[in-house]
Amino acid sequence: MAFTFAAFCYMLALLLTAALIFFAIWHIIAFDELKTDYKNPIDQCNTLNPLVLPEYLIHVFFCVMFLCATEWLTLGLNIPLLAYHIWRYMSRPVMSGPGLYDPTTIMNADILAYCQKEGWCKLAFYLLSFFYYLYGMIYVLVSS
Amino acid sequence: MSTQGNANPNSSVNNYSMSSTQNGGGAAPCQNGPGQMYPAMYTASSYYSSAPPAAYPTVAGHSAPPTGKTPVSSTGYSGNYYQSSSGLSPYPAPGTHQYSNAPGQSFQQTAPYAMPAGYYGQVYSHPSQGQTQPQPQQLQPNLMPASSGSNLGAPLYPIVSYPSAPGSSQYGTLRSSQTTAGQPPVSTVMPPPPTQSSLQQYSQGIGATPTPAQPGYGAPPLSQAATVNGQSNAVQQHYDQNLHNPMSHHYAAGPPNSQGPDKERPPSGTPGTSVHSSPQHHPGGDSSSTTTDSASPVPNSYESLEGGGYSDLAAPPAGVPAKQAPPFGYNYPTMHPAYQQNPAPKPNPSPSHGGYNPPGYQPYSQPFPSLSELSSALGGLGGVSELEAETLRPVNLLQERNILPPKRAPPPEPNLSNDLRKVNCSPDTFRCTLTNIPQTQALLNKARLPLGLLLHPFRDLTQLPVITSNTIVRCRSCRTYINPFVSFLDQRRWKCNLCYRVNDVPDEFMYNPVTRSYGEPHKRPEVQNSTVEFIASSDYMLRPPQPAVYLFLLDVSHNAVESGYLNVFCQSLLDNLEKLPGDTRTHIGFVTFDSTVHFYNLQEGLSQPQMLVVSDIDDVFIPTHDSLLVNLKESKELVKDLLNALPGMFTHTRETQSALGPALQAAYKLMSPTGGRVTVFQTQLPTLGAGLLQSREDPNLRSSTKNVLHLGPATDFYKKLALDCSGQQIGVDLFLLSSQYSDLASLACVSKYSAGSVFYYPSFHHIHNTAQKQKFQKDLQRYLTRKIGFEAVMRIRCTKGLSIHTFHGNFFVRSTDLLSLANVNPDSGFAVQMSIEESLADTSLACFQAALLYTSSKGKRRIRVHTLCLPVVSQLSEVFAGADIQAISCLLANMAIDRSISSSLSDARDALVNAVVDCLTAYRANGSNIQPSGLIAPAALRLFPLYVLALLKQKALRTGTSTRLDERVFSMCELKSQPLQQIMRMVHPDLYRIDNMTEQAALHLNDSVIPQPPLLQLTAEKLTREGAFLLDCGSVMYLWVGKCCNETFIRDVLGFQNYASLPSNMTEIPELQTTYSERTRAFISWLLESRTFLPAFHVVKDDASTKTSFFQHLVEDRTESAFSYYEFLLHIQQQMSK
Repeated sequence: MAFTFAAFCYMLALLLTAALIFFAIWHIIAFDELKTDYKNPIDQCNTLNPLVLPEYLIHVFFCVMFLCATEWLTLGLNIPLLAYHIWRYMSRPVMSGPGLYDPTTIMNADILAYCQKEGWCKLAFYLLSFFYYLYGMIYVLVSS
Repeated sequence: MSTQGNANPNSSVNNYSMSSTQNGGGAAPCQNGPGQMYPAMYTASSYYSSAPPAAYPTVAGHSAPPTGKTPVSSTGYSGNYYQSSSGLSPYPAPGTHQYSNAPGQSFQQTAPYAMPAGYYGQVYSHPSQGQTQPQPQQLQPNLMPASSGSNLGAPLYPIVSYPSAPGSSQYGTLRSSQTTAGQPPVSTVMPPPPTQSSLQQYSQGIGATPTPAQPGYGAPPLSQAATVNGQSNAVQQHYDQNLHNPMSHHYAAGPPNSQGPDKERPPSGTPGTSVHSSPQHHPGGDSSSTTTDSASPVPNSYESLEGGGYSDLAAPPAGVPAKQAPPFGYNYPTMHPAYQQNPAPKPNPSPSHGGYNPPGYQPYSQPFPSLSELSSALGGLGGVSELEAETLRPVNLLQERNILPPKRAPPPEPNLSNDLRKVNCSPDTFRCTLTNIPQTQALLNKARLPLGLLLHPFRDLTQLPVITSNTIVRCRSCRTYINPFVSFLDQRRWKCNLCYRVNDVPDEFMYNPVTRSYGEPHKRPEVQNSTVEFIASSDYMLRPPQPAVYLFLLDVSHNAVESGYLNVFCQSLLDNLEKLPGDTRTHIGFVTFDSTVHFYNLQEGLSQPQMLVVSDIDDVFIPTHDSLLVNLKESKELVKDLLNALPGMFTHTRETQSALGPALQAAYKLMSPTGGRVTVFQTQLPTLGAGLLQSREDPNLRSSTKNVLHLGPATDFYKKLALDCSGQQIGVDLFLLSSQYSDLASLACVSKYSAGSVFYYPSFHHIHNTAQKQKFQKDLQRYLTRKIGFEAVMRIRCTKGLSIHTFHGNFFVRSTDLLSLANVNPDSGFAVQMSIEESLADTSLACFQAALLYTSSKGKRRIRVHTLCLPVVSQLSEVFAGADIQAISCLLANMAIDRSISSSLSDARDALVNAVVDCLTAYRANGSNIQPSGLIAPAALRLFPLYVLALLKQKALRTGTSTRLDERVFSMCELKSQPLQQIMRMVHPDLYRIDNMTEQAALHLNDSVIPQPPLLQLTAEKLTREGAFLLDCGSVMYLWVGKCCNETFIRDVLGFQNYASLPSNMTEIPELQTTYSERTRAFISWLLESRTFLPAFHVVKDDASTKTSFFQHLVEDRTESAFSYYEFLLHIQQQMSK
C-alpha cells in the first residue's frame, strides 16, 4: 500500500466533487426561487453567472489531473460532461461578462425547466462520481 | 454589483428586491457591467448642488480639478465643458467650437463664468426653486426642482382632481401609511425635501376634504351622490377616447384642476361609469379582503403592490362543498329580486345557513348557484350548437377556390351563455387562440394547436368604467380583482373564479354608487364590466406617482442633418407641445449627440437656451443637474426657442461620427431619479464610445435562401442599458431613420427590454422620399400625443391549472407572471403562450385576468383590469371548433421569430409549416367520417394554410427574396410588439376593388354612405387592367391603378385627365367634390377609423418601378423562391401523407 499520484488525484477529486455538489445544490435552489417568484431574475443571474466558470474550471482541473495520472476510465467517464460544458459555454447568449444566464430569457418556461433539469442531472452525476472516486481512491491505495 | 438579493437572506415574496430598483439613489440591481461605474466616481450631485459661489473661480481658471471628478480628465473637462454659455453667441457652429485641451482657450471660457447673468446666477435669482439650502448628501437632485417647482404654481396632484372627495381620499391614506407604518422604507424611496413638501400637500388635501358623518349603512348622504357625478365628469374628460377621430385627444382639455364642469361633458357620449363608494363605513374585521398582504405593512416592491402569488393560502371555509363545480355561470339579473327582498340589513340569524352567513344579513331562500342556473348559464355546451357545426364543417382546401370571406371575419364567439358573453372582454383587447379551452394538456397536444393569449391592454377605449374606491376588492389568496365571473355565494361572500377561494365582501362593496342602493354587490360596476379601471390608493405606490418626463435624444451628425429629419421633428413637436400628455409637473429635456454629447440648459428665466457640450464620451457625465430637464410649463418659451433654432444649428456640421451609446448613458443618468420616456432619433450605425457597432450585413447574402445570420444583437450593451432603464422606470423609444445598415438587431434591444417601441424609416429623406416623410410626420403626431402610462407593471393571472409559458412583446419579465413595463403605450400588444399544468376537468370555465398598474400622465396611480372567460371542453372536435385562426397565426408568428433568433430562420420556417401539417393531420385522425382524398380542414381553420403561407412571405421570415437585414429585423419587431389586428393586416393585407364600388350592401353611418366592396384573394389573377385596387397593409396602403383603368375614376377620384398623366409618386387622394371621390374617400376613411397610426399612402401605376412593393404583398402568387398558395397546399398534403 503506497500513496501514489493516482491516489492523490482521487482524493483531490473527492474534495472538489464535494464542492461541485454544493454548486449544483445552489443552482437548483436558485432556479427554484426563480420559478416561485421569490427572486428578481436580474439579481439571480448576477449571483449565478460568476459561479459558472469556477464550476467548469474545477471540473476541467481534475480531469487534467486524471489525464496526468493516466486514469483512463475515470477520464472517460468525465469526458461527456466536459464536452457538454464546452458546448454549453460556446452556445451561450451574447454577453459581455462571464456566465451563461441572461435575465431577459431566463424566465422563459423552457429555459427555466431546462436549467432546473440540468441542475438535477449534474447533482446526480456529481453524487455518483463522488462515490466512484471514493471507491477509486481505496482501490488504488489497496492495489498498489 | 448589486447584491441586494444576497444581502436579503430573509426573502419572502414581498422582500423580493425590486425595492432596491426603486430607491433611485441606492444600488440599482440591474446595474451590471459598465453601468455600475459611473455613479460611484461621479459625485457631481454634491458638487453642483452644494457648490458655493466661491467655487466658480476654480472652474473658470481651472487651476485645480473640480471636486469629485477624476483628475485624469480634468483638463479636457474644463476645456470643453461649458462651451457656449455666453449669452451673446449661444449657438456656435459645433465644428468650430472644439477648443478642447488647448490651455490658451480657457480665456474664452472664463468669460461666461464671470458674467453675472451667466449660468449659475440663475439659481440664485430664484431662491424659491428650493436650491438655496445646500444638500451635500442629496442623492437625487433632479427630483427637487420637480416637486418644489410645482409647489410654486398649481397645486400638486393630490388635490387636483379630487378636491372634495368625501371621506378619506387615497392620499390621506398615503400620509397615514407614510407616517405611521413605514417611515424608514419610504424615506429610501423619496428624497427628504420632496417628502416634506408633498406631505404638506397631502395634508392640505385632507384638510380640504369634508368627512361626512355616515348615518348608517343603508343611507349614504346626498353629498356622496354629488361627488359621484363630479367624479364622473373629471374622469370622463380624460379617458373617453374618441375612436372616430384618433388624433383628437383629451389631454389638452384645460388645466387639470378645473372641476370638469358639466358643460365639458360630451352630451351624447356613452357615459363612463364612475364610482366613489362610501368610505366611512366601519370596515368589519371580516371585510378587509383588499388591503395589503399580511406579509409587510409597507409594500416595498411593485411585486407586492400589484399582489404576489399565493401568499395567504387559507383553507376554504368548512361547509363549502368541495366537489361542486365552480358556479361561474351565475345569472345576475335573476338574483336581483332575491336581493331586493332584503332591503335593510338586520340581525336575523338563520338556522339553515348559520354556518355560511355572518350575522346581520338575512339568509336567502336557496343556495345561490343552483344547478339549473349553472346549466342555463353554460348555454349550449351540452349539445353541439349550430355555430359549432358550422365551424366544424369540413372544407376541402384544394377544391375551395374562394376561401376568403367577403369581409374580414370577426373573431369566433366563445360558447358561453348570453349573460356571460355580454360581459366578456372585448376580443380587440383580449383574445385567446382557442376559444374553447381544452381540459388537459394531453387534449391540447392532440389538437396540435398553440394555446395562448393576445393582449392589447392599454388600448384606447371609448368606454371605460373608472372606479374610485377605498378598498379594491381582491381575492385574499391569489389577489385576483373581483370581476364579472366570480360567483356570490351569498350577499356577504364571493368565490374567486381563479383559485376558488371564498372571500368576504367588504362593507363598502355592498353600497352601489351607480344605483345608490345598498346590498347589491353583484350590481357594482366591477362585477358588471370585464374591463374596468381602478384609481389605486397609496398601497399601490412605492413612491409618489412620477410626473410625465420626456427626454428627446437627437442625432445631429452630418448624416442626420442631411436627411432633414430634425426639421420635421422640431416642427411636429412645436405643433404638439400643448398636447403632450401630462399635467403641470410635466418635464421635458433635450440632448443632441454626434461625436460629443450636447445638453441644453432650459432653466426658466434664461434669455436663450444654453448648449453644454460634453466631449468626454468614455465617461459621460451630466454637466448640471437641475436645469436640463425643465418644467414644460415654466420653460415653454425656451423650449420653443430651442426647437426653432435646433434645425439651423447643425446645418454645416462635418461631424460624421455618432456616439449613441454615451448619449444613452447620459440620458439614463439624467432620467434615473424620476423615470419617464426617452425618445431616441438615430440615423446611422453608432460608431463611437460604448455600444459602438460594426456593419454585419453582407449585401450579397440579402437574397440568400440559406441561413440568415446576425438576427440577434452583436453586443449586450443595449440590453443591459435597457434593463438598467427598466429598473429606473425609463422607457426608451427608438426612431431609426437610416438609409444604410444600422444594426437594428442590436439597437432595438434598448427598446425591447425597456418596454419601448421601435419605428423604422428606411431611406428617409425629407426631399427625396416624401412618402416616408409624410409617414414620419403622421407617426410623430400620434406618438407625441398618444396616452402614456409610466412605471407600469402587468400581471396576468389565470384559472388554477393553467400556467404561463412564455411572453412575447416589449417588456422585461420580472417573474413568472409579472411584466415590468417602464412605459406603456396604447399601441403595443402582447402575446402569452400558455400551458395546462393540471387537468381542468372540475371546472367548466377558464378565466384569464390581466391587471395593468400604471401611473397616468396626470400623476394618478391606476389599475386597468381585463378579464376574459372561456368555456372548457373535453372533446377534440370542440377544440377545433373554437380555434381562432387569426390569434393562432399571430402567436405562431411570435413563436417563429423567437425560434429564428434562438435557432435559425430555416428552423422557424419549418416549424411554421409543421404547425399546419400537424394540425391538419390531427384533424384528419380525429374525424373518421371524412373522405380520405383532398386536404381537409375544419371551417374554423380553413385559412390556416393561407395565413402561414403569408407569414412565410413576410419580410421577417422570407428567404430567397432580397431583404435588407434591418428591414427584416424591423418586421420581426413589429410582429412581436403590435396588436393583433395590426399584425393581421400586415401579414394578410386586405385587397378591394374600388373603381366600381356600388351602394349595394353599403353601410350607412351618420349620413354618409360607405360602400363595402368584397375582400379579394391576394393574387394577381384578381387584378384587371380595367380596375383600380386598394391594398391595405396596415402601416401602408397601395392604390394600384391598371393601365386601362376607367378614365372617370382617374379624373373624378385622382384628379388627373388620364392614366398617362398620373405621376408615379402620388401619395394622397385629392379631395374632389365628386360623388365618386367622396364615396372612395368615405371608404378609405372608414378603413382608417380605428387605426392609431395613419398608414403611408402610395398610388402605384401598373408600369411604375414601385409596383414590386405592391406585388410582394400578393401572397397567393408564386414567386421565384416561394410557393403559390395551391403549391403550398400540395406541399402540405405531401407532408401529411409521409
